[in-house]
Amino acid sequence: MRVRFVLSQIGNGLRRNLAMAVSVVLVTFISLAFVGAAILLQTQISNMKDDWYDKVEVSIFLCPASSSVPNCAGGEATEEQVEDLQAVLTSDALSDYVDEVYVESKEQAYEAYLEQFGDQDWAQSITAEQMQMSLRVSLVDPEMYQVVADEVTGRPGVEYVVDQRSILEPLFLILNRATLLAAGLAALMTVTAIMLITTTIRLSAMSRRRETSIMRLVGASNLFIQLPFMLEGALAALLGALLAAGGLWLGVRYIIEDWLASSVRWVNFVSTSDVLLIAPILIGIGIVLAAISSLVSLSRYTKV
Amino acid sequence: MIRFKKVSKVYARGARPALDQVSLEVERGEFVFLVGASGSGKSTFLRLVLREERPTSGSVFVAGRDLAQVSTWKVPHLRRQIGCVFQDFRLLPTKTVFENVAIAMQVIGKPRHQVMTTVPETLEMVGLAGKEKRLPHELSGGEQQRVAIARAFVNRPAIVLADEPTGNLDPTTSVGIMRLLDRINRTGTTIVMATHDDEIVDQMRKRVVELVDGQMVRDQDRGVYGAAR
Repeated sequence: MRVRFVLSQIGNGLRRNLAMAVSVVLVTFISLAFVGAAILLQTQISNMKDDWYDKVEVSIFLCPASSSVPNCAGGEATEEQVEDLQAVLTSDALSDYVDEVYVESKEQAYEAYLEQFGDQDWAQSITAEQMQMSLRVSLVDPEMYQVVADEVTGRPGVEYVVDQRSILEPLFLILNRATLLAAGLAALMTVTAIMLITTTIRLSAMSRRRETSIMRLVGASNLFIQLPFMLEGALAALLGALLAAGGLWLGVRYIIEDWLASSVRWVNFVSTSDVLLIAPILIGIGIVLAAISSLVSLSRYTKV
Repeated sequence: MIRFKKVSKVYARGARPALDQVSLEVERGEFVFLVGASGSGKSTFLRLVLREERPTSGSVFVAGRDLAQVSTWKVPHLRRQIGCVFQDFRLLPTKTVFENVAIAMQVIGKPRHQVMTTVPETLEMVGLAGKEKRLPHELSGGEQQRVAIARAFVNRPAIVLADEPTGNLDPTTSVGIMRLLDRINRTGTTIVMATHDDEIVDQMRKRVVELVDGQMVRDQDRGVYGAAR
């Protein structure tokens, strides 16, 4: 009897305040969509870091025959210098950081070069002799690049050290900025959602004041009186969260999986399964939103 | 059943008290008229019994419990022992007669089968058999008040408070309502009725408590409305 009664109360409330209920659903939808987008962007960043940081290496370019760098005044790096450097990199001091070291000879550099640009006309004029010899170092933890760079920079035969990771940094910077933007909008929309749900519940309570005063008179408990309002808010927020999850799913499905992933193949993009993973988070946030709003708006109706 | 011990109620600081040092005891099964002009403190008295207000000083006992000791979340339980009837009926306009009475049982979680049997019984008792499906606006004022009384009585409360229940009704209808309240009283229910209907008070010959400006000036068994002081 009680459950049926509460359910019919909720039905009445939603029907009477349909426009408000719809607006609550939409605002929750948009705010949670931004929250979800921020989480997806971060997932994307960590995906890319996982993928690429394994592949990136520190390149130690060795002095070529002619160089303007003071460290290379002695001309091309000698065999001895190369061996010394290898010894330093494989020494105990660096063994915690360095995973693997190999030498890329001029010929290997030339092959890699041809593979990349070989079909271009201008590439034909370059000879193997013009390529630069380098040591390639893969790191245990790519973030520890600086330790290795400090150790080898300035040693005889080293022209300069390049961390391939620095090439990726601008991309991550853009993605991080986008995350910030999405998170900022999410915060703003969340505040809006809380205020809107608060107002909606209050309006709903006002329009049913007569009913609630009678229920109070015949001895209904506070929880019993407030439950329908809380559930109304929770229901609207839940719908909004489901819409947000659905919207993100569609977005990832059609924009990223169908379009971006097929045209940009070298990136491991987020997928719809990531969206399914964050859906419970969004629903949880939606329910928390509704709960906070109910507490705020109903506290003044708890007076008996 | 109801005991007031030197109860005062001041709404606004510095204002004249709505109730001033009122001490009163109402026994189980009594029928008490609370008379006095508007603003004499009748409604405040009833609100204190319902614990819609707390006294500024003094203590109120209802059904043996000191209301000052009843925690806020237990107030609903207190109210389940008290039925209320008002001058303006306070029915839900969109619900039928049956639903208006049933709500009093539903909100306190009475099982469905009990609601289905008790509500028609109570409606028959108040003389509304066969009108279960009507809406309040399809009923006369007297009938609406009978619905309100049915709602107040359906849970068989120990106390019924009536705040000018005949205030909106013509004399003939009022007599019917009073007969009904009298019948409820005969079941052992304590009734406190605030009124300024002198004819009714004079006819019924029950205990009369008169309030003037918040002070109890008269407490008379088998009294009349305007007795000499």
